[in-house]
Amino acid sequence: MSRTLVLIGTRKGCFVLESDADRRDWSVRGPFCESWPVYHAVYDYESGAIFAAAASEWHGSAIWRSSDLGENWTHSSEGLAYEDGRRFSKVSTLASRHGRLLVGAEAPGIFESRDGGETFSLLTTLAGQPGSEGWDDPANQPPGHLGISGIEVHPDDESRFWAIVQGVGLWETADSGATWTPRNRGLRADWPREHEEVGFCVHKLVRADDTRMFQQNHVGMHRTDDGGATWTEITEGLPSEFGFGAAVNPHDRDTFLVVPLDPGHGRTMPEGRAAVWMTRDAGSSWQRSDRGLPQSDAHLGVLRQAMCNDTYDVPGYYFGTSTGQIFASADDGGSWQEIASYLPPISSVHAAVID
Amino acid sequence: MADVHLPRTLTPLFPDLPRRLDVDAATVDDAIEHLEQRWPGLRDRLCESGRPEIRPHIHFYVDRERAALDTPLASASRVDVIAAISGG
Repeated sequence: MSRTLVLIGTRKGCFVLESDADRRDWSVRGPFCESWPVYHAVYDYESGAIFAAAASEWHGSAIWRSSDLGENWTHSSEGLAYEDGRRFSKVSTLASRHGRLLVGAEAPGIFESRDGGETFSLLTTLAGQPGSEGWDDPANQPPGHLGISGIEVHPDDESRFWAIVQGVGLWETADSGATWTPRNRGLRADWPREHEEVGFCVHKLVRADDTRMFQQNHVGMHRTDDGGATWTEITEGLPSEFGFGAAVNPHDRDTFLVVPLDPGHGRTMPEGRAAVWMTRDAGSSWQRSDRGLPQSDAHLGVLRQAMCNDTYDVPGYYFGTSTGQIFASADDGGSWQEIASYLPPISSVHAAVID
Repeated sequence: MADVHLPRTLTPLFPDLPRRLDVDAATVDDAIEHLEQRWPGLRDRLCESGRPEIRPHIHFYVDRERAALDTPLASASRVDVIAAISGG
């Protein structure tokens, strides 16, 4: 029977939740990574390793690796540095495909490892792109200082991937970072911008297939049907245009999930009633999914890496909260179960199905 | 030999790294280099990645005086490496 792993990045280390294919009963292991703040943890299907991007207030940034599903861990930051004087403050996001681990960092830059996380080299800083002239200055950076806050790699083409610069926009490269194209046309921005192509606040990008992607933006949900060349807003029907987390049904390009949040300082679920919102028609309509979720006094926040799907025929979805709960649906969003209750504040949730 | 005392947050990161050890070094930076040679990667945990600076939340004291990378060490110096109060 398959094993289901859910890797949790928290402000106090990495945790591993495990179940079988039924996804009803869960065990919790951790904290790992010496309880460093973990911004993103992922499972690498090719090597069977877990990688965790962590940044300690005392000891800086490193990528932690476990080759035995969390029993033993090592760490490395060899090569995770800028040689031009830029300050390397944090590793924010990971993407593992095609035998390569990509690491998003702040100040904005992407590093790669081709030896399983032992050494790293700088791949790109998106130098020369509009907006790059100011994004190294901490005064210009959004709270959280994530830099590269998301990377999505094409499943069949290792040289093609999309990267989000926090608070600036989305880019695509087709040559492993040698050249970049801003992919923000059609997005909304309710603030003045210095450049036509950038100045958009992309929170989360998820891929449905080769042409379709969805994004949760600071202002609205959006869909592309041409690989990111143009975007269409699909916010209508949702209780809020703001949120961070998003997930897709891996077998249905029309199904997409978000967690709308109040856009003010609170950034928690509206009215203290927890809910995921789903579309099954690519954003033409939205349905509230809250069966099993708390419906009073539940002021829950969900960050941008803290929602994901698994890959079972009947897909499961997972989200983690800023107050340490993990909720899971094993029935394609029909109902939810709290599978962990007392973890530290959660930054990331990543599911893996291991045969 | 300088008498080097390391913070408890550092020792779990490197196999067999003790809290206290003797290091033959002329400066703080030299002492870090000695440690780096034996425990590769240790410099990055105490100094900014790619920059010749002690991390902002790591403090070095030599004979109870706040020290920098170029602070000289005497043969009987005591070096305290402190993880500053931070976080929550």
